[in-house]
Amino acid sequence: MNEVYKPEKFVGKPIERVEDEALLRGVARYADDYPARLDTRHAAILRSPHAHAEIVSIDVSEALAQPGVVCVITGDDLLEYVDPFLNIVKAPMKLWPLAVERVRYVGEAVVLVVAMDRYIAEDAVDLIQVEYKLLKPAVKPEFAASEEAPVIHTECDSNVLSDREFTYGDPDKAFEECDQKVEIEIDFPRSSITPMENFVVMADYHPAENVYDVLSNFQGPFTVHPVMCRALRVKNTGLRLRTPANTGGGFGIKVAIFPYIVLMAIASRIAGKPVKWVEDRLEHLSSATAAPNRIVKIEAAAMKDGKVTAFRLDQLDDYGAFLRAPMPGPLYRMHGVTTGSYEIPNLYVRNRLVMTNKSPSGMVRGFGGPQMYFGIERVMHRVAIELGLDPLDVIEKNLISANAFPYHAAAGGVFDSGNYQAVVALAKKEGKLKELMERRDKARAEGKLYGIGYTAVTEPTHSNMGYITTILTKEERAKRSPTMGTNSNATVSVDPFGGVSCSTEVPPMGQGHATLMAQIVAEQLGLQPTEISCNMELDTQKDKWSIAAGNYSARFTSGPAVAVQMAAKMMRQKLAEIAAPNLNIPVEEVEFGNNLIFARDNPDNFLKFYRVAGTAHWSPASLPDGMAGGLSESAVWTPRELTAPDEQDRINTSLVYGFNFDFCGVEIDRDTGEVKIDHYVTAHDAGTILNPLIAHGQILGSYSHGVSEALYEEFVYGDDGSFKSGTFADYLVPSATEVPEPMVLHVETPSPLTPLGAKGLADGNCMSTPVCIANAVSDALDNIKDIQLPLFPSRVSELIHGDEPPPPERLSQAAEETPAKTSSGKSSAITGTGQSMVPADPQTVWDTLLDPIKLAVVIPGCHGLDEVAENDYRAEITLGAGPVRGKFLAHVKLSDLNEPKSVTLAGGLDGPLGSSQGEGRVRLEAVEGGTQVSYEYSVEISGKVAAVGSRLIEGGARVVVNQFFSRLIKQIETPGSVTAGEAGTPSLFQRILQWLGIN
Amino acid sequence: MPKLNQDSLQKIDFTLNGVAETGTAEPRMLLSDFLRNVMGVTGCHVGCEHGVCGACTVQIDGKAQRSCLTLAVQVAGRKVDTVESLAGRENPLTDLQQAFKTHHGLQCGYCTPGILMSTSEFLDRNPNPTEEEVRDMLSGHLCRCTGYAGIVNAIMATIEERQGKAAAE
Repeated sequence: MNEVYKPEKFVGKPIERVEDEALLRGVARYADDYPARLDTRHAAILRSPHAHAEIVSIDVSEALAQPGVVCVITGDDLLEYVDPFLNIVKAPMKLWPLAVERVRYVGEAVVLVVAMDRYIAEDAVDLIQVEYKLLKPAVKPEFAASEEAPVIHTECDSNVLSDREFTYGDPDKAFEECDQKVEIEIDFPRSSITPMENFVVMADYHPAENVYDVLSNFQGPFTVHPVMCRALRVKNTGLRLRTPANTGGGFGIKVAIFPYIVLMAIASRIAGKPVKWVEDRLEHLSSATAAPNRIVKIEAAAMKDGKVTAFRLDQLDDYGAFLRAPMPGPLYRMHGVTTGSYEIPNLYVRNRLVMTNKSPSGMVRGFGGPQMYFGIERVMHRVAIELGLDPLDVIEKNLISANAFPYHAAAGGVFDSGNYQAVVALAKKEGKLKELMERRDKARAEGKLYGIGYTAVTEPTHSNMGYITTILTKEERAKRSPTMGTNSNATVSVDPFGGVSCSTEVPPMGQGHATLMAQIVAEQLGLQPTEISCNMELDTQKDKWSIAAGNYSARFTSGPAVAVQMAAKMMRQKLAEIAAPNLNIPVEEVEFGNNLIFARDNPDNFLKFYRVAGTAHWSPASLPDGMAGGLSESAVWTPRELTAPDEQDRINTSLVYGFNFDFCGVEIDRDTGEVKIDHYVTAHDAGTILNPLIAHGQILGSYSHGVSEALYEEFVYGDDGSFKSGTFADYLVPSATEVPEPMVLHVETPSPLTPLGAKGLADGNCMSTPVCIANAVSDALDNIKDIQLPLFPSRVSELIHGDEPPPPERLSQAAEETPAKTSSGKSSAITGTGQSMVPADPQTVWDTLLDPIKLAVVIPGCHGLDEVAENDYRAEITLGAGPVRGKFLAHVKLSDLNEPKSVTLAGGLDGPLGSSQGEGRVRLEAVEGGTQVSYEYSVEISGKVAAVGSRLIEGGARVVVNQFFSRLIKQIETPGSVTAGEAGTPSLFQRILQWLGIN
Repeated sequence: MPKLNQDSLQKIDFTLNGVAETGTAEPRMLLSDFLRNVMGVTGCHVGCEHGVCGACTVQIDGKAQRSCLTLAVQVAGRKVDTVESLAGRENPLTDLQQAFKTHHGLQCGYCTPGILMSTSEFLDRNPNPTEEEVRDMLSGHLCRCTGYAGIVNAIMATIEERQGKAAAE
């Protein structure tokens, strides 16, 4: 080595990922790919078709009798083994892994079947009969929060579990003194980011040690580990949780596996064998998790020049049926940032969290940021519009100035560093804002709908565990030991042959953490990143982990990566101390590079890296005095800036705060309402960038989620709480044709708080992009005030053209049948009216309708009707086609009997494919030649069948009703001509099957 | 087509990644389950089981197909190729795979095998597509990590490189 050596730098370089080789060959191992023991049994779950109901009875006998079924477990069976999961507000609600006594959302797990294989288990699930007594649901958050709403958890006083007000500065005075009060209301929809890999749990109970041994693609935070342990009645050592080397995407969603971890752990104990469960997509969409939908009222106090002096926010966050750890994170982890990127000293916030009959909310990328920034950035836009100013001028006027850092935000966020003005300037210049404005002018001159939107977002990363305690009053906090800060763990080891390994406490979800770890370690030890072995599996029984461990809040670069660097530096120091005497130089002069350890000023004086490493293993007695043998260095990184909420409820919610400024141009198709992103620029300051390739990829992914939140994704619920988005044909995930590539720009202002200078950047666009697009759409549509996401073409069309006009005359027949409206705020019931002429007198028709034997013959697919009480009937009905048939239990009650003129029929169907509830009024009128039967009905459909094809069901319901009347007429005309038990609606089910690709 | 008894195990002789193989499956078993759980070919990933996401795409007789919408018994006597067939376990990555690496066309990698199987067949059929055509082809696959830009760039770079090579020859 003759040239002067320059240490090779890897941090900051766009190095190809070390993970990719295995992934591209298809040999990378995900949770479902791990070998299972030969005696492993497989689980399937029966889920609730109802949003809110009492469980009257569960009959599992037929399922249990199936060959291959090992056991069938109900909620009651679990009570012997588990306690309810804890929640932060200590609400007395009971969240169990399976429903007990009541179901509270469609898709809630009710019964677990364990069988030889998944096919058998699913067959058995279909044979379980559950009788429910329906309860009134509370679906919309405002209703659920009202006095009239049914209380979902009877142990609680109301559905509002927490109602806290916070005042910082003097907002009332600011509003009194302002020139203009600007307000806006937001109804942020419910959505998720569905990872392509669903949940997987493989559990094995070891009775000898009383240890539940679980492999699962859980992503953390590991604050949830003790929640599981408490439920399982074990200490942390009693739940050995292992996470796999690869996971098919997380985005926060994969914390919501934890109730299933506990469920399968107990199932394994009951079954006496390992139990494996792989979630399917319908289960995932209906039941896994969602970002909470939120109602926000936000007011800004503005001066004439656009300066904003105060915000008032009233936030109502919808957590679904249960408050499940780590909820209500989305409401509080952004708390310190509630004034956004602006110098606004006065703030009032009211935070309420409400329970509704929807799937429980959870962690989703952005974690409260998309909801909060949608309000803030929409109101900033409105400030500009209402004062007649330029929206970008208003943003720039209020941005935190570069010399104000570290900036203490009103609610307690301490923004470590930044230069927001530099980011905006870069975006304007490189992103060609001037040209974009000319483009807008030109498009508008041509009569096109074109708009430009802007957003500025401060992105908090690396959460302070203490933020969640802001939900408690200071008196409540004083009663418990304070929670604050985070730890991050990492270990670097060198083996006797010089092989280097590194591990940390973050289950990988695809971000490329192994590459970043390899870069950091290789740079310290003078090796190549490809030479560093990073085993990304995590084992709570054997690895070092902290309670803050996990993959969330973009904490890797400012957390575990720092611990990796600390451990690598410790290793470097130790190796230098071993090498120095042998090189005959002081330790300070030892350098590393090219697999050598050498004298910095005389590279010819060197030792091979593996030789030095070997010394520590093969001849520990020769090590310098006081030095421990072996080569394994572990570091813990604990930033001290993260303190508990103070007396004034100020909380520094995160360690570091990045920033991004976005602008975009959108064109709206006047005819279809389609929003097309024409130009999108996003400029970031995330401190030091560790790997530009990976950073770029994170921003593109985050942006893509922002686009889909803005334009496509929404979990839709009917008024009865039925779930309508159970497939990827109903829940729209954008494909390559819907996500144009944005321009990504960077400014690097290193954080002074982390040794690497890096901040997170993976969430910013989830927060900025939805509202940036919304602001652009508003600009395109004459500054329209109310923008409801997602901006489906139909919704935008309504904004352009107003409500749909009534259909022309010739379609009036069809118009009588009002289809289910799936957009929120409108009725989801299938309703219809009709009339038929029956050639018999009203009394004959009446007698047929009220005679169970005759009626049984008329109902399509009915196998006999039992009168269980007066005018109260039960029946078993088969609806189906081809190889798949669904058996349903029907119940019908007759009321308002006015013989022989009118009767009301109310009832429903329940079966493995779903359930329905309906009511109809039938009127009989004597006319010439017989009886005019007129009817009106309203049917709500719920469960699996509604989730996977509600659009197809509407037609099917009508077919059943029509069949009923045609059979009635036929039966009266020619008694005996109708055969009982004929399956109804073949066309409907065939259509679903074909559409699902099964038939 | 013979009528199969729903409970009887069927012997399935077929060619898997170039090698003659035999497995057994009930008639109702999906090809995706058969490949993963019977044959142990776990590069075939299951994302939705209703034919939308494309993660389970394999090639059957050279054509990209959803293995979640195919029954195992349907591949008897046929040729099935999964992502494991592209470079095998130890050969260098194909140009397409390498381009995914260079252009950061994958993050969690779960959707990647399906995309590689569709793309490799597509480029055989259509060696000179426009970016719009590539995006159109990709619309049969859902990826939640990348926002697709890296994937599109990787494929476009592969096309360019292949054209460069073809011109040089």
